[in-house]
Amino acid sequence: MNNIFAKRRDRLLAMKAARDSYIPREQRVTCPACGGQFVRREVSQALWVCPGCGHHWPVGAYYRLSTLLDSGSFRELNGKLPPADPLQFPGYPAKLAEARRKTGLDEAAVTALGTIGGHRCVIGVLDGRFLMGSMSAAVGEKLTQAIETACRRRLPLILVSASGGARMQEGILSLMQMAKTAGALARLDRRGLLYISVLTHPTTGGVTASFASLGDIILAEPGALIGFAGPRVIQQTIGETLPEGFQRAEYQQEHGFVDAVVPRGQLRDTLALLLRLHEKGGRHD
Amino acid sequence: MTELTAQQRVLIARHPQRPNLDDYINGLFTGFFQQRGDRLCGEDAAILGGVALYHGRPVTVIGTRKGRTLEENLERRFGMPNPEGYRKALRLMAQAEKFRRPVLTFIDTAGAYPGLEAEARGQGEAIARCLLELSRLTVPVIALVTGEANSGGALALAVANRVLMLENAVYAILSPEGFASILWKDAARHGEACELMKLTAPDLMRLGVIDEIVPEPDGGAHLARAIAIHQADLAISRHLGELTKLSGGTLAADRQRKFRAMGAAAPGEEGP
Repeated sequence: MNNIFAKRRDRLLAMKAARDSYIPREQRVTCPACGGQFVRREVSQALWVCPGCGHHWPVGAYYRLSTLLDSGSFRELNGKLPPADPLQFPGYPAKLAEARRKTGLDEAAVTALGTIGGHRCVIGVLDGRFLMGSMSAAVGEKLTQAIETACRRRLPLILVSASGGARMQEGILSLMQMAKTAGALARLDRRGLLYISVLTHPTTGGVTASFASLGDIILAEPGALIGFAGPRVIQQTIGETLPEGFQRAEYQQEHGFVDAVVPRGQLRDTLALLLRLHEKGGRHD
Repeated sequence: MTELTAQQRVLIARHPQRPNLDDYINGLFTGFFQQRGDRLCGEDAAILGGVALYHGRPVTVIGTRKGRTLEENLERRFGMPNPEGYRKALRLMAQAEKFRRPVLTFIDTAGAYPGLEAEARGQGEAIARCLLELSRLTVPVIALVTGEANSGGALALAVANRVLMLENAVYAILSPEGFASILWKDAARHGEACELMKLTAPDLMRLGVIDEIVPEPDGGAHLARAIAIHQADLAISRHLGELTKLSGGTLAADRQRKFRAMGAAAPGEEGP
């Protein structure tokens, strides 16, 4: 019986992952970074990492989950969301509707319960296709509910970020999600639970300046742009060109803000190891 | 007085003669002792902090600091903090916790400084840490938005039990110029942005983001600084009186509940 449900959940996740519009449909794929041409299957087997240069294609939330979670373990958390368009911003409802239609997502974050290498966890993934993964009140609420689920069930938490920062059309309420998620993480911290933050391309603005920077462990995908202010704004402020590799994952690791830069192909095993290292019963208490 | 437009309020909030942090410190406190440095690598003049007596009792004071002269403003990057400023604030918050002093913050900043060095030293991490630590302090925290308060750089000092705001101050996700430039790729449309952003004190009161509006003299606080500071004093002392009656655990829980409720699902409401 359990097995049937597991299979069904697996198919559901596979179906949703297959809808990921980031992923090229053509049989021959060109890498945007090195220009190399590859057969689609070759790139998809490498989890959309370029076999030539190691460029990481952006991927959607369900696809990401399908690469991390154990088969059949995905259970989406569908909480109640706040009303959209709190400021009655002109044109915003139409933009939201379009993003929903294009991506098949209800908002820019997917949260779930699952296992990685047999270890149970709560996981939240931002999706850059949905209005640049920006933080709306609904995104803040979904993530906060996920953090609270981790608190209630005493499970480790993993958040995978991909976001341009705040959702402009939700103004000050978007800003307040930074305080809301940070407060929820304070409660998680107090309970002695593990939080792993995974930074993917791009992680900037209010997401960097809140939950994404607060992990006990912080991992990043190679080449990901990670920062508070965007490169364009900084360039305007200082009036000089920025150095090569500025704000990339490797730069952040060198500057002490990332524990490890982990290629996508190793992320699942790295997370499984970290969950194992923090497992209850393995602690000296 | 006729109702001002949001854009007019932005201009008043940025008025160079508006009371700045030094005026508030001189007007509200005695025995102010300035504390410098983050104990990691530097000192940031864009955030001023220290200990002072407020109506005879010690408090920790932290605020963003704009200058009046060009020289002052260059040194303070027009009140836009670097990570060292936020990490100094974190150090002062930890001391407030240790010595059981209330924290009073004063906010007037265009945002955190978007510089190369600021990024290299972790601007995002410094702000994030402020949000986390402020949310769990077990002493009273009161924030006063005195001028313009933009982006995470302002919020880093505003996770408070009570957020008070001067009548003509503005508080927003970023500057109207930045907003227009991101949303419409046209900074010149900032006037339009002002009206849409809901950044005035009455708007924010309606949205439940702030707790009280501190009245200003007609025409703005720059016309009668002493009166504006006196009004701020009345509001701060009243709220502080209420908060000091609460236990440490209640203060932290109250602060977290307040921000937890912002943009939360209404009970019984279904999501999309």
